[in-house]
Amino acid sequence: MFYRETGQFKSKYKEELAAFPLAEDKVGIAILLVIAYVFIPIFGIPGLSFEFTMGAIMIPVFIFTITTLGLNILLGFAGQISLGTGAFMGVGAYSCYKIMTIFPDLNIIICVILSGFVTAIVGMIFGLPSLKIKGFYLIVATLAAQFFLEWAFIRVAWLYNYNDSGGIEGTNKEMFGLIVSGPQSDALTRYFIVLTLLVLLTWLASNVIRGRIGRSWMMIRDMDIAAELIGVRPLTAKLSAFAFSSFYIGISGALMVFFWLGAAEVESFDVSHSFTYLFMVIIGGLGSITGSYMGAALVWVIPVLIKEIGKTAFGFDAFVMENFSIIFLGVAIVVILIVEPHGLARLWQITKQKLRLWPFPY
Amino acid sequence: MEILYAILIAPFVEMGSYPDLFIQALWDGFVAGTLYGLIALGFVLIFKASGVFNFSQPILVVLAALSLVSFYKMGIPAWISVILVLILFYVLAWLVERLILRQLVNQDGNILFMSTIGLTFIIIGAAQWIFGGVPSAMIVNELGFPNGSLEWPMFDGGVYFEMIDISAAVIAVIMIVILAVFFSKTKIGRGLRAVADDHQAALSVGISLNQIWVIVWFVAGIVALVTGIFWGARSDVSFALQIIGFKALPVLIIGGFTSIQGAIIGGLIIGLGEKIFEIYWGPLLGSGVEGWFAYVIALVFLLYRPQGLFGDKLIERV
Repeated sequence: MFYRETGQFKSKYKEELAAFPLAEDKVGIAILLVIAYVFIPIFGIPGLSFEFTMGAIMIPVFIFTITTLGLNILLGFAGQISLGTGAFMGVGAYSCYKIMTIFPDLNIIICVILSGFVTAIVGMIFGLPSLKIKGFYLIVATLAAQFFLEWAFIRVAWLYNYNDSGGIEGTNKEMFGLIVSGPQSDALTRYFIVLTLLVLLTWLASNVIRGRIGRSWMMIRDMDIAAELIGVRPLTAKLSAFAFSSFYIGISGALMVFFWLGAAEVESFDVSHSFTYLFMVIIGGLGSITGSYMGAALVWVIPVLIKEIGKTAFGFDAFVMENFSIIFLGVAIVVILIVEPHGLARLWQITKQKLRLWPFPY
Repeated sequence: MEILYAILIAPFVEMGSYPDLFIQALWDGFVAGTLYGLIALGFVLIFKASGVFNFSQPILVVLAALSLVSFYKMGIPAWISVILVLILFYVLAWLVERLILRQLVNQDGNILFMSTIGLTFIIIGAAQWIFGGVPSAMIVNELGFPNGSLEWPMFDGGVYFEMIDISAAVIAVIMIVILAVFFSKTKIGRGLRAVADDHQAALSVGISLNQIWVIVWFVAGIVALVTGIFWGARSDVSFALQIIGFKALPVLIIGGFTSIQGAIIGGLIIGLGEKIFEIYWGPLLGSGVEGWFAYVIALVFLLYRPQGLFGDKLIERV
């Protein structure tokens, strides 16, 4: 009823292969974009202050969606598990910081994208063991990356310009006469930049995944030996998955520090964060772009809201609410795994199927 | 040339010129290795009996230590606290089996692994809520373990052996012997091995899968309690303990996922290796290398001997 494909005829292959072949999808995406670009900046989220909406909900969710997209490319599409996400975000952040100090006049967006490329190279190096091992064993290899990089962020003083605090800090950066990053930047400007990058990266990811490279990743994921037999080279497929995924993760790490937190230390990139990103992918749904959005939003927003509501409405102290949100996250993972191991994305698929047939049962 | 000298010769010269320091380092590494081995043992037990890679083992160690100390602080005598902790772990094992594992029968290993990560978070939240997150000292003396240290003078210096470390090593050995006997001689142990071999065949000869899971999680809980007591005695009882749990992964890679003696020997290799490397080669890299050295050893093993020293040759290589 609401969602059906009858009557939408295609006369060219190009139309069939479009990202959104159905008119309903096109309208839906357009509505979402209008909400994100117009309604939220003007009206905010009802019931929450504007500062809180931007600083604690929208910007972090968009940044973590980029992270989740990156990890989902690796885990969901290429089937290579990684627990080094936190450290790879750190690589993005620290390399962006170094690029900004070496080339102070370079546009910050270019710095962020360059740091994505640096992370891609680092990711490929730490992805090399995946050519020989897989599954649980790969967890160990990626944890090696995590702990080694964490150590490097502390011990290699060159990375943070030998400053005393041992952390990295954003400075004011201008673009077209607007301060876009640093302590004096406006939340709204940062919101638009992060949102635009997210839209572009999502568009890129959806096209790469539907293309030749993406299909070779899925073949490797589903059965590596069969994929090799029909001509997919595991070396290029796996390393390109690591590179592509790390590119996204690196960009999100740079964005996290320079467009959201403002400053960061090694604690922002530790192993517990790697787990949080893994949860975002699992809860959202492995191998789904929509799922990456839902997973990042749910895992980030629900604990924030629990803490906020618990504090303002019921007057619980922060310690209790903190623990409650940790328990909630754990329960959510277990329940999702029991009820629907394919995550929220599968639930959304089922809903779409129901909407197609509504009001008839079949 | 100087670098080569610093890497290849200087550390050994240092070992030779201060043998007492070297022996002290070996002893420290040995004790740390025993404790890594004990944590890995908890992983191995559950992996052997159910094929579940139990990520929550490190947090079980924290929970054991924390609840023991908290019970004692409530005014309950030390040994009764130990019994209370054991009861708590039995209830926990039963709940895990009933609420999580039973619901996930026949699922992929990855899903089971991720569900134990969820369990980890539940336990972290609940334990912090109930027992508080403040680090506290382990009640070693109250449990009747000797304190103080033995000093053994040699080569104009001396080597110190903490009594609690000696007890830890002795108890670890006793526990491994008991577990080995339990696995090979008792009826339950044979049941466990049968379940590990083949779930369906075990069910068809009348072994209760559910009961076996409760037992094995409970045994892993006992191992966690022992680990918690001794690790808590070396450093404070706090949630920072769980970070050492990550060291158990390389231990498992080296020893093999299914071998009890492998867990201990892998633990010793990691413990000794990282202590020696940290003291003699660490300064070259700016110290703090203990954090990742174990993983590098594990990576080397993964590339050349992926089933570990004692593991079954089941691993699928790409």
